[in-house]
Formats: sequence, structure tokens, C-alpha cells
Amino acid sequence: MKRMDLVRSAAGAIIAHPMRSALTSLGVVIGVAAVVIMTSIGLGAQQRVMGAISGLGSNLIIISPAASRSGFVAQAAGTDISITGADAEALAKQLDGVVAVAPSVRGQAQLAAEGTNWNSRIEGVTPDYLIARDLSIGQGRMFDDREARQGRTVAVIGTTVARELFGEADPLGKRIRVGGSPFQVVGILTPKGQSGFGQDQDDIVLGPLGAVRSRVVGRRVKGDAVQTIYLKTANEKDLDRVQEDATNLLRERHRIREGQDDDFQAQNMASILKASEAATQTFTILLAAVAAVSLVVGGVGIMNIMLVAVTERTREIGLRMAVGAKRADILAQFALESVALSLAGGVLGLVIGVIGTVILAKLAGWPIAIASWAAPLALGFSVLVGLVFGAYPSWRAAQLDPIEALRRE
Amino acid sequence: MIAVKDLCKIYTMGGEPLAALDGVSLSFDRGAYLSVTGPSGSGKSTLMNVLGGLDRPTRGTYTFEGEDVSGLDDDQLAHFRNQRIGFVFQSFQLLARQTALQNVELPMIYAGVSPKDRQDRAIQLLGKVGLGERIHHRPTQLSGGQQQRVAIARALANSPDLLLADEPTGALDSATGKDVLALFENLNRDGLTVIVVTHDASVAARAKRQIGFEDGRIVLDKVLRA
Repeated sequence: MKRMDLVRSAAGAIIAHPMRSALTSLGVVIGVAAVVIMTSIGLGAQQRVMGAISGLGSNLIIISPAASRSGFVAQAAGTDISITGADAEALAKQLDGVVAVAPSVRGQAQLAAEGTNWNSRIEGVTPDYLIARDLSIGQGRMFDDREARQGRTVAVIGTTVARELFGEADPLGKRIRVGGSPFQVVGILTPKGQSGFGQDQDDIVLGPLGAVRSRVVGRRVKGDAVQTIYLKTANEKDLDRVQEDATNLLRERHRIREGQDDDFQAQNMASILKASEAATQTFTILLAAVAAVSLVVGGVGIMNIMLVAVTERTREIGLRMAVGAKRADILAQFALESVALSLAGGVLGLVIGVIGTVILAKLAGWPIAIASWAAPLALGFSVLVGLVFGAYPSWRAAQLDPIEALRRE
Repeated sequence: MIAVKDLCKIYTMGGEPLAALDGVSLSFDRGAYLSVTGPSGSGKSTLMNVLGGLDRPTRGTYTFEGEDVSGLDDDQLAHFRNQRIGFVFQSFQLLARQTALQNVELPMIYAGVSPKDRQDRAIQLLGKVGLGERIHHRPTQLSGGQQQRVAIARALANSPDLLLADEPTGALDSATGKDVLALFENLNRDGLTVIVVTHDASVAARAKRQIGFEDGRIVLDKVLRA
């Protein structure tokens, strides 16, 4: 039997019962739409997390104090601040392949200027912080190392802070009070917008490390201690090596004996990305697996109707055999019908899935993320479902005895 | 020449063997017109199924123009039915969803004839059976006699050597039945071998040779006309 005749016969059989065919395909429509929407949700979540993490800065190693233990009781991470500005200087001096070492302290402070006030994050940093965090100055300048060392009370502010405190006026050169201490605004950061975690990255004040530590967050961070050291490597493949070198150096400086736990923790962006990628991938696969179950249910629906069709058309099968159809012709005819039903459902499901994803993304404010493999996967799966679940009914049809089949009422 | 020799077909019914055909030998030449009669269960339908390549004998041989049909496998039998045999059934067995034209084309689809050629041939055959005006009608839009003519056109599609008709007039009134028989006689006059299974004596009497069956054996073999 020629291919075109097979296709025509399958199409004819499907069109002969439009309502039944539509209902039969519905399972696959829902299954494919679910697979497309679920994988898109998974992928969208993945992209959001990746965006959030890489927004912290590329090639970045973050060193922070570890949760210390008193006896067997674990304290919250950072309870005893164990890393210092001296650590940062040592890291900058002794590590290879590092482009920026940026120690930082941070706190929340009430800001006041020209009669208005605003509550914002304040970070005490060194000029290298801009390099480490991929930030840049939009207007004015960054304070320099000398100003930082001298403990000068100068500040660089984010655009949100500038707007809230000064409105349309130019903040450069103006004074702001940060938790009671006056700071002079010397620069404004280039706006970065919202971070992937939903935080306004422009709602920030940067001041010299020493000045901020002593005047703003001094109560919690004593002496030379810092809360975070950011390390930026020249390129991504150095990340693991630099992290290991930094860990060794800090263990040595902190006199941690072999077998003892670190009193700090070092994480690099690549490993965080990898871990979260693995996590979201698992999430995506899980969602797809749940959706795939509905595809299987759709396949069972197709099998059911194909069995009915074989029973209904027993005489047709007998007649076709009598006029010369081989068993393989009958098998091909019913298998193709099943695949056509399933594939039609798959195409419709794909369309619904894409539309559903766009609507969901609009409603939830996500980026639209439809995997490039969603379409071939969905269509491939619907063909597979048609073949697998059409196989048994088709085989039954092909095994019929023509004499018995012709006699059937 | 078409010949069967010592044909046996044994079914097992409830553990008991039952011979539907019990040592049947029969031969006839191209251009023969046979009627096969007998009560139901006498074995005449089984003989038709074996002759038509729908069934295999338990024992015995079947040679068709020198070819041993009893040794063919399923696919070879399908090809044999497609090329050598034309079936006409009591209940017409037309595909209800398809037009007269498509029904006649069906055997040619399995023969691999091109769409153009098979359409031309189907139109020509429907004209030959007197349905040239109704090629796009579906079976439900045709009378019984017309449906049987579509079935005859379909049986002739691949120019068979043998036309097997099982109670071809059983579902028709006597006038249309006579038309169908007249059609068979015309086809036979043109050289087609025809076998009609019937239990209607008047139908049987129009053949050139009558075979009578009882209990799986031939009990009558009479030449009615030359």
C-alpha cells in the first residue's frame, strides 16, 4: 500500500468521527500542553536564579565568617566575625590571578539630607569593590584608597537613594547624614535595577571601609573585622584554584590545625551556579515527569479508542484482506491512524502550551522561557505515544482471520 | 486449469474433529461457469474460502494455473487473492465511508496501481456494470442491486482469473437478482471463470455445470450446458 493512500485512509478514518477523534486526542493535548508549560516554568525559574546569582558579579569568590561552635552548639553564621581587613590585604598580596580583593562591612542606616530622610543599606568598602561586584560610577567619582585609609567621610550613593533624598537636584558635593554621621556625596553609581532576588540594587550607600565600620556599624563589627571579602579572579578557570589558595592562606593565618573546621566559608559563583543549576534541573525534570504521566494517560485513551475502532471495523479489515491487503498493510493502516491522532493532539497541545506559557509569564511577571527542545520533544513524544499505544490494537487488527472478520456483523 | 485434489478441511469443535471438506476433488478449465449448491454446513462455503485463498486446506492440493496454492504463506496468499481472485459477497461488503469509485479502487491500491491509472480503470469498470452516472455515490445512496454491481466492479478491478460469488443474489429481489446473474453470464462469455455458491435452484440452473455438496463431499456433478 502506497504511503499517500495510507495517510489518506488514516485522515479519512479520523475525520469520519470528528467528535470522537477530538476527545481521544484530548488526553495527548493536555499531556503535551502540560509538558510544555511545566518545562517552561522550570526553565524560567532556572533563568531567574541564574540571573540572580550571576548578577552578584562574575568570577567572584565570596569569603564570609563561618558559623562557629561553642562546644556542640552551632551559632548562627557570622556570630563571631573571624575575618579581617588584614586577611584581605594578605589575600591581595599573596594570591595569583586575582584582580580585586574587596573587604566589606554592611549595615542598615537612617539617611537624612535637606529635610528628608530614607532608610537604606550602607556598605563600607574599598575602591576595589566596584571591580569585584561589576559596578561602575555614573556621575562623579569613586573615593580612592587614600581617602579610605584616612577615614574620610565620603560616600557614593545609588540612584534610588539620590532620588529619595534629593529629588531632581544634583546630589554631588552635598552632605548626607548616615546614622547621625555626615558624609559627603562624591559619586553616583550607574543604575543596576532590581536583582534577581527582588532587591533594589540602587538603594545603597557605599562609604570607605574604616569610616563606615567605626561610625555606622561599629557596634557589631569590632576592630579590623569585616563581614565579607569579595575576590575576583581574572578568569573563570582560576576560580577553583584561587579559592583553594585563599582557603589555605586563611587557615594558616587563623592558625587552624589540620582536622579542625574552617572558621570562615568560601564559595565561588561557578560552584553556586552549578549547584543551583543542578537543583533547578531536577525541578524541571520533576515537573516534566509529572506532565509526562498525563501523556501516558492520553496514550491509554488512544489505545482504548483504537481497540474500539478495530472491533467496529472488523468487517472492513476482513474485506481489505480479501481484496489483497497483507497483514503488514493492516498493521500500518491502524498504527498510522493512532500516530495521526496522537500527533494531531501533540500539535494542538504544543500551541496551547506555548500560549499558556506566555500568559503565565505575563501574569507572574517572569521572562518567557520556552525551551528550544520543547517542540521536538513534545511532538516526538506524541508520535511515540501513538506508536506505543497503537501497537497492540494494530497488531490485533492485523491478526484477524479474514473469514471470521467478514462474517462479523 | 484450476484443480483441487483430495481436499480435506478439518475443524475441531469441542474436542471432536469435524470434516467440513472430506476428500473433495474437482477441476475445471478457464471460462467455466459453476454453481455450487448444498444445505448450509455442507462444505460449499469452505470450498469457496479455499479456492479464494482465504483459507488453507488441512490436507490435499490446490493448483491454480499450474501454481501450487496450498503451499503459499499469508503474504503470498494476499497477493494471490489480489491478483487472481474477485470476491462477490451476499452482503456486498462495501466500505460505507467511501464512494463507489473509491470502493472499486481498493484492490488496485493494494496492487500498487498509480492513482491516475486506478481511477481510470474504476470509472471504466463502473461504466461496464451500468453505474457510470453514480461513481461518486456512497453505498447508502445506492439500491441493493446497485451496491452489488459496485462490488462486482471491485471484484474485476485487477482482472482476476476467477470470480467467486457467495450467494450474490441472496440479498436482492428476484428482478435485480436476475440482472446480476445476467452480468455474470456476460462476464463469463468474455472468458472469465465464474463460480456461484447458492441454495437457490433457479440461480444454480443458470450455470453451465452444477456441483452439489452434502456433508463435505460432492454428491452431484452435472453438466447443464456446453
